[in-house]
Amino acid sequence: QAEFHNLQELRHSPSLVTKVFIQRDYSEGTVCRFQTKFPSELDNRIERTLLEETVKTLNSYYAEAEKIGGQSYLEGCLACATAYIIFLCMETRYEKVLRKISSYIQEQNEKIYAPRGLLLTDPIERGMRVLEISVFEDRGSGGSSPSSTMSSGSSAR
Amino acid sequence: MITRKVRKWEKLPGKNTFCCDGRVMMARQKGVFYLTLFLITGTCALFFAFECPYLAVSLSPAIPVFAVLLFLFVMAMLLRTSFSDPGVLPRALPEEATFIEMEIEAANGNVPAGQRPPPRIRNVQINNQIVKLKYCYTCKIFRPPRASHCSICDNCVDRFDHHCPWVGNCVGKRNYRYFYLFTLSLSLLTIYIFTFDIVHVVMREYPDTPLASHRLNVLEVLVCFFTLWSVVGLTGFHTYLISLNQTTNEDIKGSWSGKNRGQNPYSHKNIIKNCCEVLCGPTYPSVLDRRGLLQEDTPIPSSNPVPQTTKTTAPLIPNEHTPDDAKPSIAASAEKSSSPKEEHPAATKVPPLASPETDAETSIAKERAH
Repeated sequence: QAEFHNLQELRHSPSLVTKVFIQRDYSEGTVCRFQTKFPSELDNRIERTLLEETVKTLNSYYAEAEKIGGQSYLEGCLACATAYIIFLCMETRYEKVLRKISSYIQEQNEKIYAPRGLLLTDPIERGMRVLEISVFEDRGSGGSSPSSTMSSGSSAR
Repeated sequence: MITRKVRKWEKLPGKNTFCCDGRVMMARQKGVFYLTLFLITGTCALFFAFECPYLAVSLSPAIPVFAVLLFLFVMAMLLRTSFSDPGVLPRALPEEATFIEMEIEAANGNVPAGQRPPPRIRNVQINNQIVKLKYCYTCKIFRPPRASHCSICDNCVDRFDHHCPWVGNCVGKRNYRYFYLFTLSLSLLTIYIFTFDIVHVVMREYPDTPLASHRLNVLEVLVCFFTLWSVVGLTGFHTYLISLNQTTNEDIKGSWSGKNRGQNPYSHKNIIKNCCEVLCGPTYPSVLDRRGLLQEDTPIPSSNPVPQTTKTTAPLIPNEHTPDDAKPSIAASAEKSSSPKEEHPAATKVPPLASPETDAETSIAKERAH
């Protein structure tokens, strides 16, 4: 069980049970991709399809960011021609996609994961190595939003 | 307890030095880098001072103009290579490290007492080629393919090429193309200066030229001559590597050469495609949040716990962490945690880690300062 040495933490967060780490899938090379294998620790907490959908969407975002094609060539050549000074004022395509990912994760957390007592951490915070899922104490039918998703969640248990 | 806000770069492990409040990142030894700067700027200064006036008048003013542009490009590429994050992989936080250790234990099964556990290796199949991912004891992660640990900077670097003392930094995924453009443009600059030095010597026929400028001319020619062979050779070598989509590290280790080793699974088998991927690929962001803020609690009388890195020599089961290991992992978690809370010392010894770390939502919402 979690040990608190700070009352502030007790007030802010429910007790953290464990963290599950979804690892990178290197089967297609060094592109950023996460495994869609469902971790067994989350069996009772979330439906497989939901997590799979999240991971697949994230993978598609990363694939879009790392795509080597016309737009990346244009960006690369233009930047090279300006000795890469243009990056001081312009945001790279990768950075744009990262912002999209960040808002997607936040949205997913609000809609799907927080009501189930889970929390996704943006992989960029972990060096793009893992997708960290924090598992909090299961409060049964509790949670911030008594939405219809809770009933479908409890049926899976 | 005094709580102060520090930038994350101040707490990063590894042997890098940081400047401009975390914007600049370099290796510790910078002596050779200063030498590089001195040689380039010195030779170009001599060229501009003594050759260009004559060449501009007798041949064309475009000659010094182009030289200036080329020189600026060389410097921009050099500084970009030297000052940027090569693609350092941050070390695993305690929970992640414990999770990985447990996976390893599960995979190894029961090792009879007294026997050495098998080496920590994960096999991955990439393009019909089995690639072995090694475990890094310093960073506590399984290194991604093509990553390697630089002992000079004490970091794992993604797509590690080599550590270059001339630029004072590692060359990895994020700055390889700048490094290549640096060597290429420096080759062009050296050839350019060398050529016009010779032209100058050949064209000049004034008998009353002051001796000093002759000597400086000779000095330039000498520097250019030696630079030429080394830098042009290096550019050629890296052009070869790029066309095969290999890193210097892989080339030295002979990872993909010879029949027994198999073929390079990262190569597109097409020179143009390989070049395009390396030189015109996406610009990868830094995953090291150097300028993010961190709250640090320091006890009033004593100083901050110095962030230590633990080099575990033998595989350790989480419960067997020695007291020495527990303390650095507290420091490590304090430096790496994006939340303002501290880890409880005992929590690091109990798997699964039940640490009261604040939710990551604050860090998602928080703007990445990079």
